[in-house]
Amino acid sequence: MADNVSFTLNGKPTTLNVDADRMLLWVLRTDFRLLGTKFGCGKGFCGACTVLVGNKAVRSCHLPVTQIAGKEVTTIEGLAKNGKLHPIQQAFVDHGALQCGFCTPGMILGAYSLLLENPRPARADIIKGMDGHLCRCAAHKRIVEAIETAAQAMQGGK
Amino acid sequence: MSEAESKDVGSEEPVRPGALDDVVRQREIGRRDFLKYTGGGILVFFLAGESWGARRELPTDFNAFLRVGEDGRVTCFTGKIEMGQGVMTSLPQMLADELDVPLESVDIVMGDTALCPWDMGTFGSMTTRVFGPALRKAGAEARAVLLELAAEQLKAPVDRLEAKDGAVFVKGHAENKVTYAQLTQGRRIERHLNGQAQIKEVSELKVMGKPTKRSDAEQKVTGKAQYTGDIRVPGMLYASILRPPAHGAQLKSVDTSAAEKIEGVQIVRDKDLVAVLHEKPDVAEKALKEVKAEFDTAEFPSDDKTVFQHLLECATPKGREVQSKGDVESAGKDAKIAVEKTYYNSYVAHAAMETHSALAHIENDAITVWASTQTPFRLQEELSQVLGLPEEKVHVITPFVGGGFGGKSRNLQAVEAARLAKLTQKPVQVVFSRAEEFFYDSFRPAAVVQIKSGLDESGKLVFWDYGVYFAGERGSALFYDAPNLHTTAYGEAKAGMEGHPFATGPWRAPANNTNTFARESHMDILAAEAGMDPVEFRLKNLADERMIRVLKAAAEKFGWTPARGPSGRGFGVACGIDSGTYVTTMAEVEVDKETGHVQVKRVAAAQDMGLVVNPEGAAMQMEGCVMMGLGYALTEEVHFKGGEVHDANFDTYKLPRFSWLPEIQTVLVENKDLAPQGGGEPAIITMGAVIANAVFDAAGVRLFQLPMTGERIKEALAKHA
Repeated sequence: MADNVSFTLNGKPTTLNVDADRMLLWVLRTDFRLLGTKFGCGKGFCGACTVLVGNKAVRSCHLPVTQIAGKEVTTIEGLAKNGKLHPIQQAFVDHGALQCGFCTPGMILGAYSLLLENPRPARADIIKGMDGHLCRCAAHKRIVEAIETAAQAMQGGK
Repeated sequence: MSEAESKDVGSEEPVRPGALDDVVRQREIGRRDFLKYTGGGILVFFLAGESWGARRELPTDFNAFLRVGEDGRVTCFTGKIEMGQGVMTSLPQMLADELDVPLESVDIVMGDTALCPWDMGTFGSMTTRVFGPALRKAGAEARAVLLELAAEQLKAPVDRLEAKDGAVFVKGHAENKVTYAQLTQGRRIERHLNGQAQIKEVSELKVMGKPTKRSDAEQKVTGKAQYTGDIRVPGMLYASILRPPAHGAQLKSVDTSAAEKIEGVQIVRDKDLVAVLHEKPDVAEKALKEVKAEFDTAEFPSDDKTVFQHLLECATPKGREVQSKGDVESAGKDAKIAVEKTYYNSYVAHAAMETHSALAHIENDAITVWASTQTPFRLQEELSQVLGLPEEKVHVITPFVGGGFGGKSRNLQAVEAARLAKLTQKPVQVVFSRAEEFFYDSFRPAAVVQIKSGLDESGKLVFWDYGVYFAGERGSALFYDAPNLHTTAYGEAKAGMEGHPFATGPWRAPANNTNTFARESHMDILAAEAGMDPVEFRLKNLADERMIRVLKAAAEKFGWTPARGPSGRGFGVACGIDSGTYVTTMAEVEVDKETGHVQVKRVAAAQDMGLVVNPEGAAMQMEGCVMMGLGYALTEEVHFKGGEVHDANFDTYKLPRFSWLPEIQTVLVENKDLAPQGGGEPAIITMGAVIANAVFDAAGVRLFQLPMTGERIKEALAKHA
């Protein structure tokens, strides 16, 4: 069943005629060719497909596309503004908080949601907030450090 | 990572489908002529490794080359690939130093069978260790050519010239200079490296040895980095493939009528291959669920509980001798303390975050395949055989690989994509689901190690009799001092119905994780039997100066103080050697005696890897090894019964996560006079034993099987009580 779904994607109003039961991940990757959002497990266990809906990090691999009607969706492509990296992206670069990079977009969006909710997280808050994100290269140490740095950098209110 | 044409890999722009034109052009050229299309400038061809290159008809005597282009930029072409290990950054560092150019002037084209010469594959920590020295010599050779050209131009002898920042000038007369671009303009000079080129002394290095940021980081944080699943070509279809419920199962009947009714679905059946294709991947996946199939299942003799007994029964009585010295039999009679133990290691999955992916595109009579692979050239050969095409008609491109760890040496997904592209005459992408990724993974082999050993009254080893079954021999050789010594490897580590019920293969530091777990657990048992501190005991039995230095460096960083185990502190130590690199790891753990849960509080790892090319990259790899290694130490285990693999996702197969993160400290023990050694694998080998030894120190129980799950620890505690 095709429905018209309207939402805001990376700041731009969008309407899409789409089967209601399709998952947001595949709509982003196939229909919009926004390929930074990754498929990792398909069941919401790994976090590679994380996007923001409003300020909340969600697993796009099992979010039916109709559920984003009227909402704001941000993918990794929508984070850098005017060619300038977002402070979280910059912190990941500076800390070398990635290896193969496949989990990185989801990791960054997960961290963004965490910092929007809690701008001054303790290390324990970061660990708890990020625990649902898997990184097989095991860059966890640097990711935590990068999020701490990003929290500092974002204090000016971003 | 590879790009069509010789575009800068370091540039911000990812590979775009638009680059296809170039790909098509390259393919038409074919590999036989590819040397003609490498452009002008200075080209140095070289062979990295002993005998790999000579097996090819063309090129015959090299497997990599570098070019100093007419714009003065340096490009390295190599069949190696980037999967997170950071060689895309460290290899250009080497060239920047040898050629006296800024790091930003060096590009690297990787894993493209049309643009890069043949290479065996990216595994075994060989990129830096084996490929690196040859690359540096090629850089030195190119620099020598540039100096000769400059001598002519500047009318000054070579010994009065100096190179810096991509230009040559007369010493003391910086104004009298000529740039590399000016020197290479309009020329084409080919050199074949004969091994004579003189690389720089360690004291002359400026870029190597300096912590350097990853060159791929910006592409990866913005989502621009392209992996195989991100490649799009016009008209492509996505395939979901029918899978058997168990290894060895044969397809008996299949009914695709319900799936066919879904709009836009195309069904393909070719022998055992049944696939559902659609222009949207999720629709293909959904349609596959409508396919009804029956399979005949095969009987397999083992499951995850009985596999060790099964392996021992399968082993041939005569193994491969790894080491032999003295007389183990008669020395056994003289030992004051004798200890005999058996160690077990379960099947472990690679579980890279990117599942196996491929896109196959046939045009005219040639095929281009993008694949997440550690072995693009082996894949090219395989595709050539499967499709009946000459190799020059098979072009494999390796975009960024989202983790490999040895698992992407197997390329089933790419063969399937190619078969489907041939059958449909359309571009076809295959991206494994997580369940397929587990099912078709070539697991780290389950293994058994038996050790008989003895000490004299002073606590020195008098004999060591070691047998490893089905893991392989890497890391099995004893580096402690023992006058009577026998080390044997039994059974094949490879896949085979004889031993393992499904495919097994290399997993980050193959065999060494198993061997180091057994050896270092056993050394700890001996230390406790002798009533000695585990570090003191190791030092007493070590003559190898490198290992002594590394062990002491770790002890200093960790703050180890001597105590007889179990001390209750939860401290553990383990040493190992892999890929020419020496490692010692120390850990502190807490054991919850109610649940058996182990929390690792801190880990210090010291490593002597010879000259360190990128200290930042090396530390990153060590941290990754420590954290990833906690998985096989504590939770990672493939559950199976016969050919059925019961783990299909991360709910039952548990990877290390943020809440596990210990404080991690790394130490690089300086050894600049030794050429760079392996870095991606070594520090993971000690993780099983260091945690087992720390658990013993904390709780007084010894675990003989990995992983040390809460259940197994509880069981051991109950037995102990």
